[in-house]
Amino acid sequence: MTTKRIVEHTFESLESMSLNMGPQHPSTHGVLRVVLELDGEIIEKATCHLGYLHRAKEKHAEHKTYHQFIPYTDRMDYLSPMTNNTAFCMTVEKALGLEVTQRCKYMRTLLCELARMSSHLLWLGTGALELGAMTIFLWSFTQREKLYDIFEWISGARFTVSYMRVGGVARADYPEWRRMVKDFLNQYMAAHKEFETMLNGNEIFLNRVVDVGRISAQDAIALSLSGPSLRASGIDWDARRDTPYLAYEEMDFDVHIETKGDCMARYVVRMNEIVESWKICCQALEKLEKCANQPMNIDNPKVIFPPKENVKKSMEDLIHHFLLASEGFKVPPAEVYQAIESPKGELGFFLVSDGGPKAYRLGVRSPSFINLQGLESMSIGHTISDIVAIIASLDPVMGEVDR
Amino acid sequence: MAVDLNKLQELLRNKMSEYYGDKVYSITIAHGELVMVVDRAIIVQACTTLRDDPDFQFDFLSYVTAIDWSAMNKQPRYEVIYQLLSLKKTHRMRVKAGVPDSDPAIDTVCDVWPGANWMERETFDMFGIIFRGHPDLRRILMPEDWEGHPLRKEFPLGGVKSFYFKRSTEPRAGEPKNLVPRVREQLSDI
Repeated sequence: MTTKRIVEHTFESLESMSLNMGPQHPSTHGVLRVVLELDGEIIEKATCHLGYLHRAKEKHAEHKTYHQFIPYTDRMDYLSPMTNNTAFCMTVEKALGLEVTQRCKYMRTLLCELARMSSHLLWLGTGALELGAMTIFLWSFTQREKLYDIFEWISGARFTVSYMRVGGVARADYPEWRRMVKDFLNQYMAAHKEFETMLNGNEIFLNRVVDVGRISAQDAIALSLSGPSLRASGIDWDARRDTPYLAYEEMDFDVHIETKGDCMARYVVRMNEIVESWKICCQALEKLEKCANQPMNIDNPKVIFPPKENVKKSMEDLIHHFLLASEGFKVPPAEVYQAIESPKGELGFFLVSDGGPKAYRLGVRSPSFINLQGLESMSIGHTISDIVAIIASLDPVMGEVDR
Repeated sequence: MAVDLNKLQELLRNKMSEYYGDKVYSITIAHGELVMVVDRAIIVQACTTLRDDPDFQFDFLSYVTAIDWSAMNKQPRYEVIYQLLSLKKTHRMRVKAGVPDSDPAIDTVCDVWPGANWMERETFDMFGIIFRGHPDLRRILMPEDWEGHPLRKEFPLGGVKSFYFKRSTEPRAGEPKNLVPRVREQLSDI
């Protein structure tokens, strides 16, 4: 038998090594490229390189009418297209000075929260998968599948829904669909308990996330982190509660805060957010059922498309449909910024209109892009395996980072 | 929590004109949003005041971007936008500073809010506005060797050059079929 030789490295004598991670690395959530400066396996510096998925959305917005741009917003944060649609439509409505109907507000609230559940479930599944937990991935995707069925039934598309319209939604809800949502909500909490049982006390999982990627409250604010990443550092801020929009003022929900600022804290905040979203969904669905006879869209034929069945019967509706589809509606000169709480953080649209049917300038404040700034400071002093957990806990969507 | 914008506007008027005099051009409310236009020379001081003053406490920088006004013939050509949020007082405002075409530069606010780093890099990438004193002013979304700044109004939607791969008619020795990249000037603006 040969004796095992132990070689003692003196890392001080070695120079640091550069290691390229991505853009095709499976745990970078798409096409994120990080260049790591390593001392042994300890990260000394991490530099992000972005732009692999840049599709010039902001430039496209200047050449498309407002309705034509709605499908583009789906493809930013493609894990919660409902939220993006809503944020964009709310921005245009703000510039137009429109107020949507109460029923539409409930509908949008419900769909935004379902989208949040769907987005967080994907984060949960893939995040756990990256840390070696296969079962959670399969379970959470089973739940997401049901959510996608719900989106498909209301919008016609599973993934890129393009469902919201300026001044309303594409088509109204109907009883069978509401029953579908109710069925989903009724069975969801049992599944959620199983997710928590699988992870909360799991030694392997805890070893990977506790005390990894810490960021203090001051740093989180200074780096403009938003959403769950901000709340995990102990900042009590949620745009849904603090600057209410849609129907959130009427909803009863809590904002969960963690103080530690590590990956575990971000995990706990998101898991609790799913439960709060579930609560809001139940309330919104109930309120939606109560006002099922009220109009869904605003009564403004210059902005909202006429009902399809009227287009072939009424001359005015045909004209309005033609004008909206070909020319679009005009927005008076305005400069507005509308921010909402998307699953990733503060999603804001900054719209400058020159009075024409197209935006003069549309800026997107994308939460994933700005949250990713935190990666460079969070990962210092950790190992390569930790950076996988940190990226997962920040939950960036590259479609939104690069736009 | 409704925020009294008129009161905030009054406070801003008093304090800002006291500190910076005529360098503050206007403080207006439109569409329920408070907008302050300042001279670019005082942008860092004004932002520091907005962050530190107990009446304002704009501790959170939401968004930095710019507008190119050239298609509307406004002067100065660019305007840099800072969208601010106070997490403690739950109010928002926007600070704007004009930047002329002859000298497209403004001081960085990275020292006030470190989170401005990537947002200013993106604005530089898209508009070519130089942020003086920025720690790492490189392109962020476009390739490093890209020419031009895409969100400027004169930049065509389809790009200046289009790249495509064409099969070479004459195969090189030893290479039966090879792909040679060619560059052609774009024929028309989309």
